[in-house]
Amino acid sequence: MSVIADNLSWGVKRKVIVRNVSLAVETGETLGLIGPNGSGKSSLLRLLAGLKRPDGGRVTIHGKDIAGVPRTQLARQLAFVQQNATTDTNVSVRDVVRLGRTPHRSALSGWTAADQIAVDEALARVGMDHLDSRSWQTLSGGERQRVHIARALAQSPRVMFLDEPTNHLDIHHQIEILQTVRNLEMTSVVALHDLNLAAMFCDRIVVLDQGAIVAAGRPEAVLTEDLMREVFRVAASVAPSPHHGRPQVLLRAG
Amino acid sequence: MTSKDGGAGYRLALLLILSLAVLALAIAAATAIGDYNIPLATVFHTVTNRLGLTAVELPRIEESVVWNLRLSRGLVAALCGAGLAICGTILQALLRNALAEPFVLGVSAGASTGAVCVIVLGIGAGAVSLSLGAFAGAFAAFAVVALLSNGATSGPNHTILAGVAASQLFNALTAYIVTTSANAQQARNVMFWLLGSFGGVRWPQFQLLGAVVLVGLVVCLLMARKLDAFTFGDEDAAALGIPVASTRLILFAVTALVTAAIVSQVGAIGFVGLVVPHAARFLVGPLHMRLLPAAALLGAVFMVIADIASRVLVTQQTIPIGVVTALVGVPFFAFILYRSRPQS
Repeated sequence: MSVIADNLSWGVKRKVIVRNVSLAVETGETLGLIGPNGSGKSSLLRLLAGLKRPDGGRVTIHGKDIAGVPRTQLARQLAFVQQNATTDTNVSVRDVVRLGRTPHRSALSGWTAADQIAVDEALARVGMDHLDSRSWQTLSGGERQRVHIARALAQSPRVMFLDEPTNHLDIHHQIEILQTVRNLEMTSVVALHDLNLAAMFCDRIVVLDQGAIVAAGRPEAVLTEDLMREVFRVAASVAPSPHHGRPQVLLRAG
Repeated sequence: MTSKDGGAGYRLALLLILSLAVLALAIAAATAIGDYNIPLATVFHTVTNRLGLTAVELPRIEESVVWNLRLSRGLVAALCGAGLAICGTILQALLRNALAEPFVLGVSAGASTGAVCVIVLGIGAGAVSLSLGAFAGAFAAFAVVALLSNGATSGPNHTILAGVAASQLFNALTAYIVTTSANAQQARNVMFWLLGSFGGVRWPQFQLLGAVVLVGLVVCLLMARKLDAFTFGDEDAAALGIPVASTRLILFAVTALVTAAIVSQVGAIGFVGLVVPHAARFLVGPLHMRLLPAAALLGAVFMVIADIASRVLVTQQTIPIGVVTALVGVPFFAFILYRSRPQS
């Protein structure tokens, strides 16, 4: 087991946002987190990535409780991709990806061959190597998200967390991004809004509602008509796709 | 040192040496130019004499003016320009706001309240206690901002708002004290001090500011990589392994210290800390390992030239340095804004 959450709870003031969540992510799998707005997907993802401290419970990664691991060391094992992170600064694509080497470098250490290889490989894996001197400001939404993923890859992490990486992208780029994530063959946890895309690209899906896990398992076991009605409050039928066999949700009006 | 190819490294080194030479020339010019001009050769030999390198016979008065009055002034101007530019660069990066400048955290407002307390209320009179009062006021303002923004952990906008609140509070206090207790002469002194001035600056100020600005620059350079990691915001920096809260607090404290020290000695000189970082970014790009030295050098040169201008623009009169930095700076800034406008 790569990432294990054990009875995680977290809240702001009196409001509980994540309640008693336990889950395990296996090495190499892509785990999807789905749920309605406000179900706690983003918060859970940040707890797992060590960006928030849980009020109760703990997260272990490769057998180690992350609460006791210093930030820099954590960043060498875990990478986190925010949704739509942007900047006004005029940085190049390569500069952005080089930021991923931050946790591997001390205050004054030079740029090593290993750093260079990590950056070049990361750029190549998301297909941005030919655009490395472009300015961040000139990139499209899909390109920006690919650069963020490259930057996460340059951290040489063992686990990647992605918070709605397909937000605001058109359908072509949504599929392209998720294909990229899937092809990485890295342990990854992805919070997603689109249920059909989650079903297509995730090995397993965890469904959150009001901060608690209400279903978990393979897409075909989790995405049922009952779940659509009870958790997402829509009338829908679910059927395997003729193209790839994964379940797809067909919405009914009303 | 972090460049992909060696060529860029050499170009940067060349740029560094070139700008150091320009700075030396500007300071030499600042020392030579004045109510009466002194030949550059005299300036040069005064310095080499004092450093024990030569023993050239020089006119006693000129040597004394060069060494005791003008050189220290030129060097202090350079230090102030460098210090304010570094602080502006740091705050623009941490607050992710192009309008951030050294006084955004209320430091200058606090310093003026402290100075006014000394000038008007006479809490321990004298030049030293004026500086001390300004410094205490500056740090009081910073403490208010740190407190209001939870030790600077509540995010950029929150910190900026806390700075605005502190500035308003301390400006109101200053105005209150001046209107209720000051006589006309005291009010003029306060005004003069608020606009900033290099008059009366000597070697002790150079030693103090030299030490503070050097420490500030070293700390900031050690944290340059961490600053880069803030490019996409606080959470992104945290995901890259940066201890965000402590990094922000240390850098805010360093900028407050440097700004407070400068303001306590020469008053609140505006514009440099806002504009020079943008100019430096335009020249060397946004990575802090080269941006910070570039901003420091550019700020130093800019301030020395502004000081020369303040002394020669109107004969027999010194224009407040803050007025000159704005007058010289705005056209220059307009050019940069024009060049870096969006191409769409």
